[in-house]
Amino acid sequence: MAQILKKAGTSPAEAIPPQPSYRRPWWSATAAAVLTLVLGGSVLGVQLESTGITTTVRLMGMETWGWLLAAALAVFLHQLIRPQVEDWRARTRKPSRFTLPKIFSGQKRQLWIMLAIGALLIFPFMSNRSAVDLATLTLIYIMLGLGLNVVVGLAGLLDLGYVGFYAVGAYTYALLNSYLGFSFWEALPLAGLMTALFGYLLGFPVLRLRGDYLAIVTLGFGEIIRILLNNWTELTGGPNGIARIPKPTFFDLEFTRKAQEGNVPFHEYFGIAYDPSYKIIYLYLLALILVLITLFVIYRLLRMPIGRAWEALREDDIACRSLGMNPTGIKLSAFTIGASFAGFAGAFFAARQGFISPESFTFIESAIILAIVVLGGMGSQLGVILAAIAMTLLPELAREFNEYRMLLFGLMMVLMMVWRPQGLVPLKRPHMELDRG
Amino acid sequence: MTEHVEDVGILASCAGEVLAPQDAMLALENLTTHYGPVQALNDVSLAVGKGEIVTLIGANGAGKTTLLMSICGDPRPTSGRVWFEGEEITGTPTARVMRGGLSVVPEGRRIFTGMTVEENLAMGGYYQTREENERSIEHVLDLFPRLRERFNQRGGTMSGGEQQMLAIGRALMSRPRLLLLDEPSLGLAPIVIGQIFDIVEQLREQGTTIFLVEQNAHRALSIADRGYVLEHGHVVLADSGKALLANDDVRRAYLGG
Repeated sequence: MAQILKKAGTSPAEAIPPQPSYRRPWWSATAAAVLTLVLGGSVLGVQLESTGITTTVRLMGMETWGWLLAAALAVFLHQLIRPQVEDWRARTRKPSRFTLPKIFSGQKRQLWIMLAIGALLIFPFMSNRSAVDLATLTLIYIMLGLGLNVVVGLAGLLDLGYVGFYAVGAYTYALLNSYLGFSFWEALPLAGLMTALFGYLLGFPVLRLRGDYLAIVTLGFGEIIRILLNNWTELTGGPNGIARIPKPTFFDLEFTRKAQEGNVPFHEYFGIAYDPSYKIIYLYLLALILVLITLFVIYRLLRMPIGRAWEALREDDIACRSLGMNPTGIKLSAFTIGASFAGFAGAFFAARQGFISPESFTFIESAIILAIVVLGGMGSQLGVILAAIAMTLLPELAREFNEYRMLLFGLMMVLMMVWRPQGLVPLKRPHMELDRG
Repeated sequence: MTEHVEDVGILASCAGEVLAPQDAMLALENLTTHYGPVQALNDVSLAVGKGEIVTLIGANGAGKTTLLMSICGDPRPTSGRVWFEGEEITGTPTARVMRGGLSVVPEGRRIFTGMTVEENLAMGGYYQTREENERSIEHVLDLFPRLRERFNQRGGTMSGGEQQMLAIGRALMSRPRLLLLDEPSLGLAPIVIGQIFDIVEQLREQGTTIFLVEQNAHRALSIADRGYVLEHGHVVLADSGKALLANDDVRRAYLGG
């Protein structure tokens, strides 16, 4: 009897089927920890030292290795408890984790938009100089994000060289000013036209390409523009850039303490004391107006047949062709329109900085603008705005991490793609609803 | 079945009178198409008269879809000529062909799944004025009352049959005189296939000429005035729909004995 009991007692243990390796936490935890030590040790734990022509490998101090061991231990523990954590997460998962508050939709939408614009208009007068400056920078990125959103988010064309158009816009104003004496307001439309032309010229041959190929060509285009600006020293000043680009004027009134010959500065004209913050506030308001115009234009375009055609093309190229639409023409329109917004942003950027050089237009700028679009949720205007704010404000708020900025940037992207791959505010397409009243 | 039919009324209507390519609604003259080095169509000639339903049947990979797409100009035929309403359209850009009174419902429907029924239809009349577009939408909705019920629904959320109706409706938006249909029965339940074929007949009654490419040979041949059988890029048989239904070779190969 006892034997039988004993047998019965052991049988459940034998009945447990062999488990796959990821179910054996001890083994995978040890492996992960060793891997951490090997990888981390070879990257951080040793240092190459060159004395003369010989290179020696030197072990780092106790402190570094202490940290490495701690990291390995952390990885070990994490792997050990991961199954439990995952079980717990699966059990406590709620169907919807994050929804936007209702203010972004519904009937009161217009009221909210008006309130937001009002708040943005008052903001510079209630705030300090550096905050307004940062807000202006954010607005430039919003404009760039909105422009690229047309190309990537709406038309589905992966453009990795968007910064090239930004550079064309900035240099158009800078060059027109330094050679021909154009003012900001005269150059602004020309900068838009010039970038649109560049967009058209680039788009014409490359838009037959798809996906990866298009991405590579546009990446090359961005680099070509930068290298050209860097090397065409006679025209662009090369790496020295172009300095003393005048700020925008307010109906020909300048925001300097003393105006140029034959001109009156803003503060004298209105009989108020000189304050350098007027200039900052004016730039901010100008950027705000440019962003609002951009938003409005794209909003209208989306509701026009051409906006729908962009989306249709992103969805199904063959169907579009079967309906007699010309894919190349439609792509070209998205590419050209998207580019021209970068041109406006570029001209404004040149005016705000007063100095531009090819340094400002490296690939990382393209990557940041693309990150804004992806983070915002491809195609969504509100998403782009929120993402642009996050992308410019977060690095400022995390100033002490300055060296790790790119690390944080990468981490944020990874986390976003894991938890919210559709972006902050996924595109909700405009469509008419029947009144069910 | 492999014998090559050269003279069997390739450009002839069932009545036996010879149709010059200029007089037919649609005519293909010795059309040959390649995908790179691979030959997909070999010297194909056929004609569709005004007001007819003509069907093209054949097995998988016989070149049916290629033939249809060659009419639209994509891929471009290597040699031979395509005539539409007495005008040669060989080599005309696809977009221009598709705007000239000819419309295609592509294989696999290819509706815009993220767009509503209304928006899908609107894309079908992309080059129309707003008024024309609205009138065409109304016309399509009259033809497909089901689409009216689904007007604000996204294309991708509808059933296969509804999606096929939407695809046909979208193609009708440009008021085509000739409608090319590529396997409208693909992946649909028999009862739904019946509805779709009823609609095709109804369209013909309203004056639209139909060129129907089908694998569902029985259904296609029963509504067709005439039919062609395509094998390995060749037209191997051409006859009236009834005659093809009764043809022993066709029965064996396509109708299950």
